[in-house]
Amino acid sequence: MSMFLEAFTWLADSAAWMGATSIGHRLGQHLIITMIVVGIAAAIALPVGIAIGHTGRGRGFVIAAAGAARAVPTLGLLTILALAMGIGITAPIVALIVLAVPPLLAGTYAGIENVERTTIDAARAAGMNEFQIIVHVELPLAAHVILGGFRSATLQVIATATLAAYVSDSGLGRYIFAGLKSRDYPQMLAGALLVAALAILIDLGLSVLQRMVRRSVEPRMPRPRSRVAGPSLKGAS
Amino acid sequence: MIEFRAVSKSFSGGAVAVEEFSYVLPSHRTVALVGSSGSGKTTLLRMVNRMLEPGSGTVLIDGRDVREFNKVALRRSIGYVMQDGGLLPHRTVAENISTVPVLNRVSRKEARVTALELLEQVGLDLTLADRYPAQLSGGQRQRVGVARALAADPNILLMDEPFGAVDPIVRRELQNQLLALQSRLGKTMVFVTHDIDEALLLGDEVIVLRSGGRIAQVGPPAEILAAPADAFVRDFIGADRPERVLRIVETQGRKVVLDQAGRPAGVLAS
Amino acid sequence: MTWLSTSWPRVLELTWSHLLLSLPAILLGIMVAVPLGRIASRWPRPGGIVLGAASLLYAIPALPLLIIIPFLFGFPQRSPTTLVVALGVYAAAVLVRTSADAFTSIDSKVRESAIATGHSAGAMFWRVDLPLAVPVLVSGIRVVTVSTVGLVTISALIGVPSLGTLFTDGFQRGITAEVITGILAVIVVACVLDAICVVIGRKLTPWSHTRSQPKRTHEPAGEAKA
Repeated sequence: MSMFLEAFTWLADSAAWMGATSIGHRLGQHLIITMIVVGIAAAIALPVGIAIGHTGRGRGFVIAAAGAARAVPTLGLLTILALAMGIGITAPIVALIVLAVPPLLAGTYAGIENVERTTIDAARAAGMNEFQIIVHVELPLAAHVILGGFRSATLQVIATATLAAYVSDSGLGRYIFAGLKSRDYPQMLAGALLVAALAILIDLGLSVLQRMVRRSVEPRMPRPRSRVAGPSLKGAS
Repeated sequence: MIEFRAVSKSFSGGAVAVEEFSYVLPSHRTVALVGSSGSGKTTLLRMVNRMLEPGSGTVLIDGRDVREFNKVALRRSIGYVMQDGGLLPHRTVAENISTVPVLNRVSRKEARVTALELLEQVGLDLTLADRYPAQLSGGQRQRVGVARALAADPNILLMDEPFGAVDPIVRRELQNQLLALQSRLGKTMVFVTHDIDEALLLGDEVIVLRSGGRIAQVGPPAEILAAPADAFVRDFIGADRPERVLRIVETQGRKVVLDQAGRPAGVLAS
Repeated sequence: MTWLSTSWPRVLELTWSHLLLSLPAILLGIMVAVPLGRIASRWPRPGGIVLGAASLLYAIPALPLLIIIPFLFGFPQRSPTTLVVALGVYAAAVLVRTSADAFTSIDSKVRESAIATGHSAGAMFWRVDLPLAVPVLVSGIRVVTVSTVGLVTISALIGVPSLGTLFTDGFQRGITAEVITGILAVIVVACVLDAICVVIGRKLTPWSHTRSQPKRTHEPAGEAKA
């Protein structure tokens, strides 16, 4: 436990907050990389996911892509791209995009596909064209599921951006690798705690957002009915 | 003998399912509890094997308060059939029938022999023994449900709207088979239904319930048809339906029974 | 390919180490998540807390978790045990929600009829709930298996050998073939373990894939005496 104290001491030390390797700088890098990557991945995955969800074609492709993305080790992808493209930020960014696209794609496609067929039929019968159906019916109803995909993609990117510090001088992962190399455990633990805190905060924020969006579509969330449980069986005739 | 003594039961939310219900159900007879939804008939049934506990009052089996029995042992000693058989989807037909014997640590081999016998008794082909419930028709599942309830040779059979989910023709077959089984086995049977015709067909005695488990009328089916106690019962049994009011005319030397609308219902046996 | 022709014994050895890290982690995850999932499905209120905690835990990236856990529990750094515990906790965090869903999705009428036929609490779990949860559980276990096999590679970063060692070693020495071999080996291990999950799942659920048999259209004539 004393190691945690030392880690907090390291965090509180003003030296850690100054210069080109300061916590603020590294945190900013981590966030900017995450935003760029998720932005580019979304620009790719959203249109494709909408097209697949709307037409129902290419479903097998999404499922295969999501499965394959899980099996590919992120560290392997990072190192192979770094070997091919050289040390620097380009290789990690490409790797991160490759990893962020499948969850976004799966979320978008699943969200659109889960919209009630009868609702879409009704919209079509009311005279909406395909574009209007997507914008006014499918996207609003699918928003919370799409956000779910966005949430897991973002967390995936934050995690992998930490590993990216292994092949480039960027992000909060640097503290972990620097600490590992020089056996500077307080620095290493402080870096780990920073990443963990960042991930938890962003996850909480996105989950709140997701719930708000969901409430806007399903205002009355039915309370879960009590389930059959041993002696307290309910049910009148 | 199953006795209800001033049994009341209300559910969270305040809905009163049963209020002050008292009645003694005779042994080796079929009692049909009939009423519309909200009449508390299923609630009454479930208090017998302690799937529900009464709020107040007592349920007794052969003079003993059911609360004196171990809940699990009590349930194993009472046959229970529910809608669609209530079979376990991951067990074969034979395994489903053997459920209670196996729980009671009868050897699987022995239980299987009993299961195959019961399969025959309920009129099912032995080739079905190793199928899963999803591979059976609704009527077949229902028969397996009855076989399972009989497997531990219980004295009491509780039937909770067992034939509600099958089509009318199959239901008719199942009802007739149950009558045949009961005439051989003579179990103490409680049969819950909302179908008055089913109650009149199967019950040695019929209890017509109004809401809150209050008894509107009790008696043998013929008595209920002949003398409905009040307007509620008259209405419930459809006393004014044309097919309930029959008259006899003589045609070709035979006595033919016609309903009120003049449609023939059958011929009197001579 | 010249690299592989001389180094395949090392690849095999690392694959073995990789399996020795992944399998215990996956099993640990299953053993923690299944009971927790059952509890969560049975008592929604404490269950909600468990699921919330699991989702937060899962939000923490694996590498920081690997670093925090030994300090938290006093395990030695750079040990296989630490890795197995950390990845097992992680696997449990992913699996517990699927596990809760698996138990919740069991038809309440089936449970009710099982209770009515006199299953005790223990019999309910072992003979009814658990077998009926298997199909959904297996789908979750497959996901966890594949992702754990991938995650184990980061053991190389804290100095525990696994197929990930091929990434760090290949990167430092600039041998592309070594890294590619590592990636392919991880994918193969993941696919093989996934296939094993599928086979075990099938063996455990003979009832769920028998529906293709012809269904009888007619009731066999019972002793229907009119």
